[in-house]
Amino acid sequence: MSIEIRNIVKAFGNFRAVDNVSLDLPKGELVALLGPSGCGKTTLLRIIAGLESADEGHVLFEGKDATSKHVRERQVGFVFQHYALFRHMSVFENVAFGLRVKPRATRPSEAQIRERVLRLLDLVQLSWLKDRFPAQLSGGQRQRIALARALAVEPQVLLLDEPFGALDAKVRKELRRWLRRLHDELHISSIFVTHDQEEALEVADRIVLMNKGHIEQIGTPRQIYEEPATSFAYSFIGNVNAFRGKVEGGYVRVGSDLLPHSRTDLSDGQPVIAYARPHDTEIVADGPAANGVAARVNRVLTNGNVSRVELIANGPDRGVAKDYFEVELGAEELAQLQLANGQRVRIQSRRLSVFEDQPLG
Amino acid sequence: MSGAVATLSGRAPSRETRFESRVATRDSTWVKTVVLTVSLSFFALFIVLPLVAVFVEGLRKGFGPYFAALVEPDAVSAIKLTLLAAAISVPLNLIFGLAAAWAIARFDFRGKQFLITLIDLPFSVSPVVAGLIYVLVFGAHGWFGSWLSDHNIRIIFAVPGIVLATIFVTVPFVARELIPLMQSQGRDEEEAAVTLGASGLKTFWRITLPNVKWALLYGVILCNARAMGEFGAVSVVSGHIRGETNTMPLHVEILYNEYQFAAAFAVASVLALLALVTLALKTYVEWQTERNAAPETE
Repeated sequence: MSIEIRNIVKAFGNFRAVDNVSLDLPKGELVALLGPSGCGKTTLLRIIAGLESADEGHVLFEGKDATSKHVRERQVGFVFQHYALFRHMSVFENVAFGLRVKPRATRPSEAQIRERVLRLLDLVQLSWLKDRFPAQLSGGQRQRIALARALAVEPQVLLLDEPFGALDAKVRKELRRWLRRLHDELHISSIFVTHDQEEALEVADRIVLMNKGHIEQIGTPRQIYEEPATSFAYSFIGNVNAFRGKVEGGYVRVGSDLLPHSRTDLSDGQPVIAYARPHDTEIVADGPAANGVAARVNRVLTNGNVSRVELIANGPDRGVAKDYFEVELGAEELAQLQLANGQRVRIQSRRLSVFEDQPLG
Repeated sequence: MSGAVATLSGRAPSRETRFESRVATRDSTWVKTVVLTVSLSFFALFIVLPLVAVFVEGLRKGFGPYFAALVEPDAVSAIKLTLLAAAISVPLNLIFGLAAAWAIARFDFRGKQFLITLIDLPFSVSPVVAGLIYVLVFGAHGWFGSWLSDHNIRIIFAVPGIVLATIFVTVPFVARELIPLMQSQGRDEEEAAVTLGASGLKTFWRITLPNVKWALLYGVILCNARAMGEFGAVSVVSGHIRGETNTMPLHVEILYNEYQFAAAFAVASVLALLALVTLALKTYVEWQTERNAAPETE
């Protein structure tokens, strides 16, 4: 089922959790709502589910307005961060619940219910746990049961609220892969909320990046990672080196140093923030006329073919709040540079992305 | 009030044994002896002794007079009235308690804190004051007194007054048991039920109620114990009309004041017996609650 979101606004008191968000989600995709905590992603998900009502705007399912439809009638499956399994029911009964509460006319027979539940438990590979109670399961198992329960009513959309947030790192990674596989089998339109960029980049077909109640960027994981559209997108996704400074012609002046950039639409003196990925950043020898930001080598970490060099910003010592930079380079380059700890170098980037900055303060 | 005692006795075994088994945390023998002696002798003197005394005094003249005191018409009427007051006030408080706890735990609204405080009011107000309030409102010289007598409705010095006073003093029991539990459980499970297509009523019967049933039963038991044992508030509104507006506690007092000690203690022993049954039930419910909650803490 395709989902369209039109100008949704939701405020809690003076806080606008979702601020005029519009979004088109095509059928059958696995979409991640990604953003820092408090960015409104969960609220938006709950509005789509109907668990929260929007102050303004509309939610359309298959082009039909579902804004005033009750949760019950929306045919959404919702998976909660803390599973929300019914603690007084066995795993089997948990999954069967959605079928048992159907109106008598549409309720399947006991045999049909049994068959469907067992099939779903097979799907999540937990049929051997059917007589257990939720308290006797591990976190990963609970979440898979919660998913089976949501799927039992054959929802048109599957909504997952931080589905792996409460699990430890290893289980999280497993379940991520498993969710992706499951989606490839079922092709049910799914939206999941996460604050974990790695999770979003790895699992989703499409990422909706949110910040402070509005959408920063929508795109495939590749687009989001390689072509961040905004300053926020740059700093939120992946490792990044940030340089604050002012525009001076074709350069960004950072302290007393200059970084060349390629944007032509900026006027002199404009405060900017420039970003470069560690693998797009290079180390050059320090010299009086050299471009690049002065820094000092702090540590060299070699991990397989790729080495990471951690540098500390030169310039005025601002106590604890020092700027750290990170450069990724191949073993050969590293050997050529012959870096020593504490050595003074300069860093610059072939691909510097420059954004207007709000003046500090 | 009894909640604190309950949690202590309920959790003590596991913690105590672990504490005791470690040399580092073990207390010296004399500390244990002193603490145990003090608490046990206090317990014996102030709780066990009076309880035993009630039965001993009641049976002093033998079983014949004991049962005679219980089947005497005034006593029977007092027992009936007590049961009636409990039978009306407990279900009402069950419904009110559930509704109030549900409202407080599930919704945010203006004046929520005020409502919580208000529910506690009967605990903090002296029962005598509670009785007086009803006399002032419904009594012959009260606000609605003349209107009520015009319409020939008797509340004060009659059964309705007793029921009202009993309801007032037992309001907090059910609600107070449920509010913390429902708040800690959150509304996730109910939301899950609704997304699965359950109607409001089905969600309530299949999810909300089973999750709170033991706490609810616990509250009802405490509520019932108080409803049957209430003296102060009921005493003010009752008027002490024998065979009409006397509840068991009031009946005991009258008998005692008339120097019918054996009879007084006989009726009192029935109340004490009720209390013991309540206690046994309460312990069972607590045990069930613990058992249900135990796997949750793994």
